[in-house]
Amino acid sequence: MNHDNRTAVSFEDVSKSFGAKKVLSDVSFQVAAGEALCILGRSGTGKSVTLKLMIALLKPDSGKIWIEQDEITHLREEGLSRVRRKMGFLFQDAALFDSITVYENLALPLIRLTKKPQDEADFIVDKVLRQVGLAADKKTMPSELSGGMRKRAGLARALVLEPQILLADEPSSGLDRITASEIDELLLQQKAERQTTLIVVTHDVHGARRIGDRFAVFDHGHLISEGTAAEVEHSNNNIARELISLTY
Amino acid sequence: MKKVLEFVGEVTLFGFRVITDLFSPPFEAAQLGRQLAEIGSRSVPLIVASGIALGAVMTLHTRSTLITFGAEAEIPTVQSLAFFVEIGPLVAGLLLAGRVGSGIGAVLANMRVTEQIDGIESLSIDSFKFLVVPRVVACVIALPLLTLFMDFSGLLAGFVAEYASSHISFHLYIARAFAAVDWVNFIPPTLKTAVFGFIIGTVSAYFGYTINEGAQGVGKAATNSVVLSSLLVIVSDVILVKCIAFAFPGTAL
Repeated sequence: MNHDNRTAVSFEDVSKSFGAKKVLSDVSFQVAAGEALCILGRSGTGKSVTLKLMIALLKPDSGKIWIEQDEITHLREEGLSRVRRKMGFLFQDAALFDSITVYENLALPLIRLTKKPQDEADFIVDKVLRQVGLAADKKTMPSELSGGMRKRAGLARALVLEPQILLADEPSSGLDRITASEIDELLLQQKAERQTTLIVVTHDVHGARRIGDRFAVFDHGHLISEGTAAEVEHSNNNIARELISLTY
Repeated sequence: MKKVLEFVGEVTLFGFRVITDLFSPPFEAAQLGRQLAEIGSRSVPLIVASGIALGAVMTLHTRSTLITFGAEAEIPTVQSLAFFVEIGPLVAGLLLAGRVGSGIGAVLANMRVTEQIDGIESLSIDSFKFLVVPRVVACVIALPLLTLFMDFSGLLAGFVAEYASSHISFHLYIARAFAAVDWVNFIPPTLKTAVFGFIIGTVSAYFGYTINEGAQGVGKAATNSVVLSSLLVIVSDVILVKCIAFAFPGTAL
């Protein structure tokens, strides 16, 4: 597989099983730097597992995963830590630490990983919270936030270290169309302003078509179609054609 | 049998990892402080209340027995030796296993289920060092201190119960209580609770941190944490009592 400097993420024949259940089978694809790839597919087809493999929260059974110039499947903790610094992850349920405030959730990685002084960390956290519209909620505990606000706070935490690659797992799940659209807008803004590579797992085809430059469609652990919206619409695979055409 | 051995091996390796990670930077001082407050300070009311109840009840029981032999003057001595050597350390250990063990198991399991642990890892923070090590260390530090609270609250309640019956003076009670207490009856039994703390912290954190089930797993982790850590505290107490008696023969009553 051709892996050059313009490639942000590359999967080479990656397979992953949980017990007897094979979740991914020999999956290969590439994402160029600055590109937005939306991963579509029915539930349980390995989309979220793909994201977790990218950030090495899971290890593949076989195959290689490249993040820029680093092959991460054999990296030890120090190497993984260096690679993860380039990435931000928006979890499906935001995964905010529920025992600390929104401000502390954002300041934690900033202070620990960048050794920035407190006043500079405060400035950055305030800036990112303003960006996602949560400036007034920085002293709020995550449990007191609504679903949409939690998602925004999760996005703010993913963005606080200014990642080159942003992974988002179902950014619009459980949200109304307007709030989902606001989250999509924030992702697009990040891509436009910082040339961030976006990899978004979603069931929201409407949102995906707004965000995505390219699409990867998964079914039963196989990558069944990949390309631009037009290419997937004209693919030979019925499921891929059906998924990319769905609008709720 | 194979599963049991696998489990023992996993928990042992988990415990070894706590020890090795403890001595490698970064040191999680802020997290340790937070856990000491949670595990230590917030356990004090339970420990003191239990110590008072046990101290009073024990004096009432021993009084009725010792008075038959005309040995009621020995009540303070019996009370202090019983608390310092065994009741204080063991009961404090069991109470902490119940209160803190279930808490650690449930909190970490909940963090696993809600992807908070993955969230920490995704931020390049070592979740084991950040979440597990401070909790175990806090248990190790807090339990000997909580044992002192248990010992002295038991002794104080014993005095109140004895005063109600015999109007013994506080000075005389304390003089009799400490007459037979040597440092070997006090220091080694108190310090053995650091081992209990390590067991409680490690076992509870293991169940919470390694859970791979959904919401049901949270309850299971909490229950397993309490049951196994309480059991291991009792078993290790038997072993440690024997070790202390071997190392310091004067401690045997």
